[in-house]
Amino acid sequence: MSATPPVIELRDGAVAIAGRPIVRHVDLAVSSGEFVALMGANGSGKSTLVRALTGLRPLATGSLRLFDTPLDSFHDWQRIGFVPQRGGAASGVPASVWEVVASGRLTRRRLLRPLGRADRAAIDDALEVVGLADRAKVGVSTLSGGQQQRVLIARALAGEPELFFLDEPTAGVDLPNQQALADALGTLSDRGATVVLVAHELGPMAPLIDRAVVMRDGRVAYDGPPLTSEQVATAHLDLHTHDHGHHHRDHEQHHHDHAPHVSSLLDGDR
Amino acid sequence: MTPPMSDFLDLLGLPFMQRAMIAAVFTGLAAPAVGTYLVQRRQALMGDGIGHVAVTGVALGLLTHTSPTWTAVLVAVAGAILIEIIRERGHTNGDVALALLFYGGLAGGVLLTGLANDSGARLQTYLFGSIVSIAISDVIVTMVLAAVVVLICIGLAPQLFAVAQDQEFAQVAGLNIRLYNLMVAVLAAVSVTVAMRTVGLLLVSALMVVPVATAQQVTRSFRTTLGAAMVLGTVASLGGLLISAYTSTAFDARVTPGPTIVLLALAGFALAWPVGIWLRSQRRLQTPFPVVPAVPHEVADEHAHEHGSDCGHVAVPHGDHVDYVHDGHRHAVHGKHYDEH
Repeated sequence: MSATPPVIELRDGAVAIAGRPIVRHVDLAVSSGEFVALMGANGSGKSTLVRALTGLRPLATGSLRLFDTPLDSFHDWQRIGFVPQRGGAASGVPASVWEVVASGRLTRRRLLRPLGRADRAAIDDALEVVGLADRAKVGVSTLSGGQQQRVLIARALAGEPELFFLDEPTAGVDLPNQQALADALGTLSDRGATVVLVAHELGPMAPLIDRAVVMRDGRVAYDGPPLTSEQVATAHLDLHTHDHGHHHRDHEQHHHDHAPHVSSLLDGDR
Repeated sequence: MTPPMSDFLDLLGLPFMQRAMIAAVFTGLAAPAVGTYLVQRRQALMGDGIGHVAVTGVALGLLTHTSPTWTAVLVAVAGAILIEIIRERGHTNGDVALALLFYGGLAGGVLLTGLANDSGARLQTYLFGSIVSIAISDVIVTMVLAAVVVLICIGLAPQLFAVAQDQEFAQVAGLNIRLYNLMVAVLAAVSVTVAMRTVGLLLVSALMVVPVATAQQVTRSFRTTLGAAMVLGTVASLGGLLISAYTSTAFDARVTPGPTIVLLALAGFALAWPVGIWLRSQRRLQTPFPVVPAVPHEVADEHAHEHGSDCGHVAVPHGDHVDYVHDGHRHAVHGKHYDEH
């Protein structure tokens, strides 16, 4: 797209979970400053792809370069901010909003060094961007789901990264909080950050998107200008000519009940 | 001064009692420090699992006539690493793995003690603690190990906190999460063996978990929870030792320190729990009401009562003003009357 190398460059990427190929033949290049929405139905592999791009899942085949460096020799993790997909920011012990956001600063802190002035300024700024500066001292578990999601975005922001990965930040979040999230992401984008956003529904984030990538059954079905949600559902029809109208079952999710699974203690991949 | 009191004070001057007090303080500081991270990771029973595994270690020491403390450290560390590996490789939280090691460790320990032809009494001092019979060399080992545990728990707090809070985030932040997970497991194993002489292997987890549970009734941040748990742990372990020493001299009763320490810690929790319930309900009541586009203007019925900062009704922030919660209604001041909000 431009003279500078892409921020993310995935060539023929494939991801297998417990030996089953989930994501296959994905080529993806994202250039600096782009705001990409990674869309698709549940089980289409969009989250798996993002986890591969962040190095959380190993690639079965293919090559991944981040900031023009092969993933294996990539160590500039402070350039990457990650907002994982999860229910909330709470854990077994109370933690204040400020503490959770401060943990995002770890990428830039050396071992056994206290927080410096720059660290504190970055944390305050991150809280400001997501609109939670007045809740810094509050326990994170007392916030609503949408506010907790904003805390997680602030945590990624505190490390002042150039490239953001967000995995379904608006899932289960009410509209005012979605708007607040969209405002925060807009601020980020204006500051020149590259954003890769996994989303099922764009909602108030739709105007921010530069480019949509639609996944279907582990493969890229569409890559181009933003789409409406109706277009996302049918995007694969433009690329796949072998669709005979029958329904492809998305790969089945494995469900675990809470009974002891002794036989699978050492099964390997979760 | 009554005779029992002077007996008690004489007792405090004796070397064995001073050794016990030093051990109690160091144990009380170290165990809740690791315990905080275990509770944060929702592995509150990890200490119990390691404690049971350490029984085999103690028995191994008795069988081979080497120091049970050191064999317990080695076996507990090996068990903790095994639990961590199973947790990482398995798909559950590792609770099944924990259960397997629980039973294996305890059964192995009792079997080996039998083989060693030792009476159960020897093993019992490790199962339920024997802080007053602690030797000077054991006190030094306890001090060194506890100090290492506390230094790591505080020095690496930002890293350990981040890994326990959100493992995936920590990994993408470039932290070696496997290293930190193993470190917590090893720290837990070391503090189990440190606390073994104080409260005993079967009660060790109480000293790691109960002060944390007590602290988090009233705290809102991780740092204060960690600090308060360490203070509470020290108070419980030193206080329990002194109470058992006092009652033993004053009433000539056989009050063992280990269970006294644990019961004192639990008493602290019993006191803090209602306070925690009250604090949480207060916080819920005073959470600001959401600001939404205005509803039609509705004036409250004839209102003799005048709301104010100390009128007894809960005042809740609502946008740019305050709503007073009044019999299930929300009253906001508007000129000379109150609006229903």
